[in-house]
Amino acid sequence: MPQEPASTATTGAAARRAGAGRASVAQRLRALGPVLGLVALCVAGTLLNADFATLDNVMNVLTRTAFIGIIAVGMSFVIISGGIDLSVGSMAALIAGAVIMLMNGLAGSGLPVLAIVAAGMGFAVALGALFGLAHGLLITRGRIEPFIVTLGTLGIFCAYLTYFSNGGALTLDNALADAYGPVYYASLAGVPVPVWVLLLVALAGGLILNRTAYGRYVQAIGSNEQVARYAAVDVDRIKVVTYVLLGACVGIATLLYVPRLGSATPTTGLLWELEAIAAVIVGGTALKGGSGSITGTLVGAVLLSVISNILNLTSIISVYLNAAVQGFVIIAVAFMQRRRP
Amino acid sequence: MSVAVEFDRICKAFGPVQVLHDVSFALQPGRVCGLLGENGAGKSTLMKILSGYEPASGGELRINGRPMQFAGPRAAEAQGIVLIHQELSLAEDLSIAQNMFLGHEKKRGPWLDDAAMRVDALAALQQVGLDVDPDTPVKQLIVAEKQLVEIAKAVARHARLLIMDEPTATLTPGETERLFALIAQLKAEGVTVLYISHKLDEVERVTDEVVVLRDGRLVARHDTRELTRQQMASLMVGRELSDLYPPKGPPPTGDAPPRLAVRHLSVPGWAQDLSFEVRAGEILGFAGLVGAGRTELFEGLLGLRAHSVGSVAIDGGAVRIRNPREAADLGLTYLSEDRKGKGLHVAFGLRENLTLMALRRYATPWLRPAAEQQALDAAVREFGIRSGARNPPASSLSGGNQQKLALAKVLHPGPKVVVLDEPTRGVDVGAKRDIYHLVQGLATAGRGVIVVSSELMELIGLCHRVIVMRAGRLQATLGAGQLTEEELIAHATGTR
Repeated sequence: MPQEPASTATTGAAARRAGAGRASVAQRLRALGPVLGLVALCVAGTLLNADFATLDNVMNVLTRTAFIGIIAVGMSFVIISGGIDLSVGSMAALIAGAVIMLMNGLAGSGLPVLAIVAAGMGFAVALGALFGLAHGLLITRGRIEPFIVTLGTLGIFCAYLTYFSNGGALTLDNALADAYGPVYYASLAGVPVPVWVLLLVALAGGLILNRTAYGRYVQAIGSNEQVARYAAVDVDRIKVVTYVLLGACVGIATLLYVPRLGSATPTTGLLWELEAIAAVIVGGTALKGGSGSITGTLVGAVLLSVISNILNLTSIISVYLNAAVQGFVIIAVAFMQRRRP
Repeated sequence: MSVAVEFDRICKAFGPVQVLHDVSFALQPGRVCGLLGENGAGKSTLMKILSGYEPASGGELRINGRPMQFAGPRAAEAQGIVLIHQELSLAEDLSIAQNMFLGHEKKRGPWLDDAAMRVDALAALQQVGLDVDPDTPVKQLIVAEKQLVEIAKAVARHARLLIMDEPTATLTPGETERLFALIAQLKAEGVTVLYISHKLDEVERVTDEVVVLRDGRLVARHDTRELTRQQMASLMVGRELSDLYPPKGPPPTGDAPPRLAVRHLSVPGWAQDLSFEVRAGEILGFAGLVGAGRTELFEGLLGLRAHSVGSVAIDGGAVRIRNPREAADLGLTYLSEDRKGKGLHVAFGLRENLTLMALRRYATPWLRPAAEQQALDAAVREFGIRSGARNPPASSLSGGNQQKLALAKVLHPGPKVVVLDEPTRGVDVGAKRDIYHLVQGLATAGRGVIVVSSELMELIGLCHRVIVMRAGRLQATLGAGQLTEEELIAHATGTR
């Protein structure tokens, strides 16, 4: 290799080091943003209501975070790869309705109750993955924008649930509901089951995103799909799998949700897509894709439920405005993201 | 009215990093001034200050004797100073005319005066010698035509000082000739041209004087007549530059089995019925004008475009390639001509870029960052990539170092045959030399190497054989004895 004049090499290197240092400080600040926001909210909550900082309330908040949090982990993969899924709320509703119909149908078959519950849970995940597969294939093979595909299925899923429930509610048999109940209501080591599931899903999501070739490909596609394609990445397959993962996550969230109320109505899962996407974006993932973190998503999901919890506990803002507050938060965060290079 | 520009002790610092040190010189109206320097010498920064994209952090810029501090590019344009970007900045979905008047639309009352804009656009296009309808959407143009539209845009805005940054990088010899004629015409009209190029033969031909920057300082200013190309290159790099091209390895013998053999490859709209083969240790060149279908031919071969092919054989075994993944698995990789759009993830670290094509090697199933870093350290040494930090984003590298990284990336899977499309586009002369030696090293190691290039000297200096394409067809295959610029141009333009 030819030697460049020493002066260039050293000043150039120093310059780039300094530049890299600056960038990483800014990056660290940005990564801390959601955490700082969460801490500030918790301080505010504690000051506003004495019940906020109790263990019961904390567990309550985390349990309520579970549904959105689990979906948001799957949503992180879709958004980081440059896609979007608007249908997750009505997908959850339809899966809930389908699971209830299946379980009620099996109730008279003489199968043990626990087997029926297990079948219902397995069916939820499988159906979610199947819906995700359909999304992925329409988006990649069908070359349709993810926004359009999932906007269409949002309507389709919701309408089919309304049709199956005849506009009312699909309700789980009492005997089955009693057997299924612990999946939502039980605790392990003092921590409710849904919180454990959320942690497991997030851990798995983090490992897949950061420590596997698949996760690297997801980021590469979101960062620049063309470059990924030219670098021999199987872009279509990777994208399809992000939607399957998200569908499976919706299935897992739904199998936790069904025993909570034991029914599915056309309002089940209403605006979950808003909350899940908001959690991902608040967690620092760029909406245009390319980079993001599961930890951030988890923090974002908790932050959103803390907001709703504070609204419940205090009367400063009506709890009816919960979705409005979430909407404002997502716009505000997107506004701040806009400055990114 | 002409523009006289004077740089007086211009300094520029980005944070703690000083990129320009007391640069002083004046530009006389109606002259063509070449601005030379390696990548990172400060040329672009100086031009951005002149065209209003960056403020200077010290010193004074005087236009016609008056100190100026441009608030933005529009303020500079108001003075008749226009920068033609190296990276094109056209709105793909708008028409040529709409692009040319973007932000300066002609109006009649509140309504756009499309007819008037169309007439002016047509006149400007004729002036630069581009024969297309001004209503054509820009996305239908090839890169070279877009470059000409950029220049026409500046002409239409009555620029008095034109800054051209590597204007011929994508132009064919014929288009380059037209551009030079246009520069001469503009010069006669009193327009000043600042001409930035790595192609010293062009600088020698088209400029009246040259200014050389090195490490942010002005190191020389001479009348072009007084300098030879060799001297220009030496001034840029600050040392004597010899042996740009490595000695060629011996050509493979005729009975050496081909590493890659392609029969009857067609890419609809781009290439028709091409057959070629490359042997172990051979460097096969592909010459042709822009638009001759060379890039598209290989994108087709890799399965990136619809194509039909009689047969493809790698090391004698018949294979079928449907996508780049299969190609890489079979031992064929491709370096794209479009470094930022298709070659590198500029926001990713060097490490993530380097290992992307061979990532499965590092997944067990968990990725091993330490092993990836080792691979990067090895590549940094082998390819002479100069990076400050240990794993900075690729965007922090200079063009030449990015190109070396892109090269390291496509070689990381250990291909048997590698296709390098414009391997030295937009890199400085020092990095070019490094890359030429690397390419020769690949052939010496027994790989089959294909080089697609628009720089004829590069093909002549590197290749054992050169295939010339014209309008999608194989026009000629030239062997060692026939490799001259005249011969290549004659076949590429179809005058022989």
